[in-house]
Amino acid sequence: MKIAIPSEGQMLESPVCRSFGRTLYFIVVDTDTDKFQVIDNKAAAEQGGAGIKAAQTIADSGAQAVVVFHCGQNAADVLKAADIQLWKAVPGTIAENIEKFRKGELGRLGEIHPGFHGGQ
Amino acid sequence: MQIAVLSGKGGTGKTFVSVNLAVTAGKSVYIDCDVEEPNGYLFLHPTLQNQQTVDVTVPEFDEGRCIGCRSCLKFCRFNALVFVKGKPKVFPELCHSCGGCSLICPAGAIRETKRTVGRIETGQSGTVTVITGILNQGEASGVPVIRQLLCKTPNAENVIVDCPPGSSCTVMESIKNADYCLFVAEPTLFGLENLKLVAKLADVFHKPHGIVINKDMGKENPLDQYLSEHEIPVLTRIPYDMALAKLNAKGKIAVKRESYQSIFLQLYNQIRSTGGIE
Repeated sequence: MKIAIPSEGQMLESPVCRSFGRTLYFIVVDTDTDKFQVIDNKAAAEQGGAGIKAAQTIADSGAQAVVVFHCGQNAADVLKAADIQLWKAVPGTIAENIEKFRKGELGRLGEIHPGFHGGQ
Repeated sequence: MQIAVLSGKGGTGKTFVSVNLAVTAGKSVYIDCDVEEPNGYLFLHPTLQNQQTVDVTVPEFDEGRCIGCRSCLKFCRFNALVFVKGKPKVFPELCHSCGGCSLICPAGAIRETKRTVGRIETGQSGTVTVITGILNQGEASGVPVIRQLLCKTPNAENVIVDCPPGSSCTVMESIKNADYCLFVAEPTLFGLENLKLVAKLADVFHKPHGIVINKDMGKENPLDQYLSEHEIPVLTRIPYDMALAKLNAKGKIAVKRESYQSIFLQLYNQIRSTGGIE
């Protein structure tokens, strides 16, 4: 199963990024093969709709689950349409979160915030 | 003459100044461009004469025709389109109605449909024609409502445009056709920082401008130095006055009391002279 996590860096030892839409990188880990791939988040500097564009990137990566701290409504709508599960991240590295995911220690992301949209 | 009343922040007294100026001007048109929370009608109590909707266009996909090329996604600067599970999806509230996606689609799979985002109410209050823009709740941008409000402005002698707070797109849209920008600011440090934003905006648009200092305490205030350095004329100072605050809080028009008429008459005449219109 492929799991995508917003990451502050390009390694499995990097901390999980607090933001989904504006993270610099996504790390996509294949739990079957332990291989991982780093994806630049092209939405990071967008004026608006960053969450939507980032979710498109995740959908295109083939990931079936996302582990995040927060997720906005628009991004959640895209991920839902793509049948991608949302799991709640815990503070720590990408590797630690993957490990907890494997052990079934992560919970589902229950709360979807309305989004942090700036001025018009 | 079209006078736009603006301020960098909310609560400085834009509506207070606008409605009193409109009544002072006699035969006039008051346009409420603060479409997220229009409140001029609370003072003017117009009798409703006309109501129209504000519609924008948004793309609608013919999924059968979509070939999944994603040309529309690449074109959209606002990320209003996605393509998942082999299907296109639209986020209408992010769409800026440019129509580009439907033009660029090589398969002819996109057509433009209408979406209502707000309405415009026109009414009469004595000598003042009151035009109110109302944005539907949950909508992201008031610009389409303001655009429609101002494109239909009757060519009257006195048009008062009550702008939204701030200095972003909605304010730019509101002052675009104005002959004069009237700033309303409070004599505080916060008021000064917000004033700077709208003063810069009026400069960018090359609009003649002046300021009303509201809630003036009669002392030296943080605005003075900036105003003299930037040669912004102070048209009037409205005193910090409990009786005036009470009238306003009750939704009363202050200039209907004789004691407040001279302030607004002086302001009105000042604008007409500094605005170059006699």
